[in-house]
Amino acid sequence: MSNRDSILAVFKQVAAQQGRTLADMKDTTVLTECGLDSLSFAIVVSSLEDSLGVDPFASDDWVDFPVTFGDFIRLYDRAVA
Amino acid sequence: MASLWESAATAGTGIFHGRKGSIAVAELSTASTLGSGLESLRGRSVLITSHEQLAAAVALLELDGIARRLVVCTPDLTPEQLAEVAATGEVDALVHDGEVPPTLAALPAYELTPRPLPAAVARASTGATEWILLTSGTTGRPKLVLHTLDSLGGTLPRQAPPGSRCVWSTFYDIRRYGGMQIYLRAVLSGAPLVLSSPADATRDFLLRAGAAGVTHISGTPSHWRRTLMSGAAGLIQPSYVRLSGEIADQAILDSLQAAYPQARVAHAFASTEAGVAFDVNDGRAGFPAELVDRPQGAIDMKVVDGTLRIRSQRNAARYLGATPAALVGSDGYVDTGDMVELLDGRYHFRGRVGGVINVGGLKVHPEEVESVLNGDPRVRMSLVRARRNPITGAIVVADVVLADPDALAQAPEAAERIKAELLGACRQALAAHKVPTSLRFVPALELTAAGKLVRPGA
Repeated sequence: MSNRDSILAVFKQVAAQQGRTLADMKDTTVLTECGLDSLSFAIVVSSLEDSLGVDPFASDDWVDFPVTFGDFIRLYDRAVA
Repeated sequence: MASLWESAATAGTGIFHGRKGSIAVAELSTASTLGSGLESLRGRSVLITSHEQLAAAVALLELDGIARRLVVCTPDLTPEQLAEVAATGEVDALVHDGEVPPTLAALPAYELTPRPLPAAVARASTGATEWILLTSGTTGRPKLVLHTLDSLGGTLPRQAPPGSRCVWSTFYDIRRYGGMQIYLRAVLSGAPLVLSSPADATRDFLLRAGAAGVTHISGTPSHWRRTLMSGAAGLIQPSYVRLSGEIADQAILDSLQAAYPQARVAHAFASTEAGVAFDVNDGRAGFPAELVDRPQGAIDMKVVDGTLRIRSQRNAARYLGATPAALVGSDGYVDTGDMVELLDGRYHFRGRVGGVINVGGLKVHPEEVESVLNGDPRVRMSLVRARRNPITGAIVVADVVLADPDALAQAPEAAERIKAELLGACRQALAAHKVPTSLRFVPALELTAAGKLVRPGA
């Protein structure tokens, strides 16, 4: 499974678990408008840390916060590479 | 100290911007959202419960100096919790903006009108009002914390700094301590205040704040991370950005400074019980040790057994209740329960004593979650703890020991089902941020010699 597929699967799983309606996720979808709240994002990031073994946010320096779903996937692509 | 109305009327220029409209302080000279009800509330212990922050903002202004006590409810309380709060706060009236909680139906209720209506109002103060703020307790019962307007706002400036124009806003709800500080800063100095709303998406709130010309804005690190992820951070151009309520790490401080190069980015330490202790303005995480060793002004701090202790005029007086825990220690200091570690001349926050978890600025007591898990007969014991998280600071996870672990060995497929049922019970009983985000079965949990759970960090 590509990072994109794994990430999308986790978004769907967390949305279902949190009782939220997930938007149709495209690269240009703005994360804060995709239906997930901060707690849901927190769960997504921890869940991806478990499955992919990386947390690209866990840096002591400046983090380029992702705005779109495409940004989010690229952040993980870079971290896994 | 003068009543809130007297201070606001002296400043004269305040205005509250809510999601559905604005109310100027000056309108309240000849109008009220309580009408004739206002005088009926004189001398009473009044519970304030409203959906909209705008209604609460005006009610606080109208009732300070009139009511004997104001019990300021946060919007997340269940009807059962509201009933407990009303009993503990010895409430004898309530004000609301349209909906009376069923458990409070026996109390005289006064509805706040969405707009102030013309009324002959005598806003003469009859004495200092007690302000009761709520904070979460170990058992899921909110704790009632007794403040006065003086302890909440006595040291706040009464005017904007000369030559500068302030428009305040906050991501916080003004009925929580962090938001209350911003509310009082705005009201006491006569500055406009843009109120947030859970009904607003981040972008919509920032649009409103930007349209109002916000210059000073506060939130938790989690609020700010969400702002940076919204792609809408540029809708505001603040000159002052403030973080509080959670540990501000270097990444979020640097990211905010990059997003708002013109702004002063400050982080502050405060708690409902201890009040505001200090602001850090040097752009670095943690706080300089000199703040503890050489106290500046009226606030004394010390570190005992690894936790930060604070003594100041901004401390709350006590908890309310029949047998309240001590809020102030025998040495006159409030133990914040926040663990700090000294590294190269700076103290850094290292989480909370007793395992209390801070999820995006909201406290979670592990015991409350454990009691739900332990309520299932299949559970022998459980440990609820924090897992570090870059979005909300921490999330809640649970380790569970089953009463009959052999059952799992015999029927491994049962594990997922039991897990789902336990988490389902948590979702029924607890607010979303308190529900474990993951749950694993463990063979045993470590206990102290006294038979208590060993809590990480405690």
